[in-house]
Amino acid sequence: MTPEVLSLSNAPALWAAAMLVKIIVAFSVLMGIVAYATWVERKVIGRMQTRLGPTMTGPNGLLQPIADGIKLFFKEDIIPNEASKFAFVLAPMMILAPALISMAVIPFGGDYHFTFHGVTYLIPMQITDLNIGILFILAMAGLGVYGIVLAGLSSNSKYSLLGGIRASAQMISYELAAGLSIITIFMLSETLSLSGIVAAQKEVLWGITALPSWMHNWYIFSQPLAFGLFVVGSMAEINRTPFDLPEAETELVSGFCTEYSSMKYALFFMAEYANMVTISAIATTLFLGGWDGPFYGWINFLVKVFGFMFFFIWIRATFPRLRYDQLMQLGWKVMIPLALGNIVVTAIAVLLWQ
Amino acid sequence: MLSILFYLFAVVSIFSAFYVTKSRSPVNSALWLVTTFICFAVLYITLDAPFMAAIQIMVYAGAIMVLIVFVIMLLNLGTAVKKRYTHALVWGGGMSILMLIVTNFFIRRSIPTGTVGDITTQTIKSYGHTELIGRAMFTDFLLPFEIASILLLVAIIGAVVLSKREV
Repeated sequence: MTPEVLSLSNAPALWAAAMLVKIIVAFSVLMGIVAYATWVERKVIGRMQTRLGPTMTGPNGLLQPIADGIKLFFKEDIIPNEASKFAFVLAPMMILAPALISMAVIPFGGDYHFTFHGVTYLIPMQITDLNIGILFILAMAGLGVYGIVLAGLSSNSKYSLLGGIRASAQMISYELAAGLSIITIFMLSETLSLSGIVAAQKEVLWGITALPSWMHNWYIFSQPLAFGLFVVGSMAEINRTPFDLPEAETELVSGFCTEYSSMKYALFFMAEYANMVTISAIATTLFLGGWDGPFYGWINFLVKVFGFMFFFIWIRATFPRLRYDQLMQLGWKVMIPLALGNIVVTAIAVLLWQ
Repeated sequence: MLSILFYLFAVVSIFSAFYVTKSRSPVNSALWLVTTFICFAVLYITLDAPFMAAIQIMVYAGAIMVLIVFVIMLLNLGTAVKKRYTHALVWGGGMSILMLIVTNFFIRRSIPTGTVGDITTQTIKSYGHTELIGRAMFTDFLLPFEIASILLLVAIIGAVVLSKREV
């Protein structure tokens, strides 16, 4: 007798339990990656600059993130007198929350078969599969601007204000380029749901059956330009290093977070790394076939995400910061026209060959 | 469950809409307005319109309000812009109560017959909200859609011309 496979909507209690477990696991893994991304970043950049990076706390400095966390936790929490308190306290939360929420729609692996009392249930390895998945991520990316803007505005300090102004101009410009580059992916996959996009990428490359079957139709092969635009655009959107003008240490004394101390400052740092993980996960899902690959489901996914994180760290060690006019020129005069052109070309190609 | 959610978000949205006008610092007003938009997005989701919800957050909260906050930041408006009390508050309150009565009158004037149109919850579930909106926009409402896009194009050109006086 073949076991009956049911979806979890038939068992509400089990559904709730599975949901809770998924949320807790995803959240704690994300937080672990965030904590150890700081360690990896310091180690890797250290090696690239022929230094050692952290070595003293624990073996190879492995306890460094915990030590840093404890240190920041016990520092005095200063709120400037002139600051507008409500927005000042709200800003670090507003920057961290969207980065974490976006993880809710990302598929980590294939369906997991779970047997309970002789009945097999199908658990998707994704917290929730919205049929507007990508739009949800874009919406959350749009909300991410508020954290930085509010931090800059409410601190009531000129460096913070300059950082906030730079951040909002930069993030609005690059959000457009990153968002426009994703549109070609919907055109090819004909769905907005992220698990649907992963499923569409498991077919044979470009629909040519003569190619070997292990070559899957990852969108990086059909949309290399969109991939490049998305990675650069989202790096600018999360203020990673060649685009970290809002927190330029040398000219703005770390910009929008100048006035922050203690745990609030730590939240900004966590948000930066959480954004990095989220962007890596989105790029993996949209362009690199999600959890598709040679290993077991979620291991592929993690390998790709870590690859992206290494790439971001590598870029940080390699490129100098852009000047502000160069940044705006790149965003509006190069990336947005390229993204629009890519949409037109893809539309014609889809009309001709699909 | 759904009605609890509805009342929760309706109360929060009304509360935050009230604080948009009451709050004395323009930044806090803007924040309350964002809260209102997010509550609207949740209400759209409960009405089986997830695409509208995403667009609501992307366009209103993610783009328009960011621009407004950006302008507030550039102008550096202090907290003293709004006085604590003006006569406008009384007039505004009176107007809104009047509007509420009129709306209530129009809602209660007719009796719902219970007939449904083509698009039901089942249709939305099977086709997807985005697909339905896309199809309607590019087939039935093609002309209004094109007119709206030309209007936007004119606005873009106007903005470029206005901001760039000498070429």
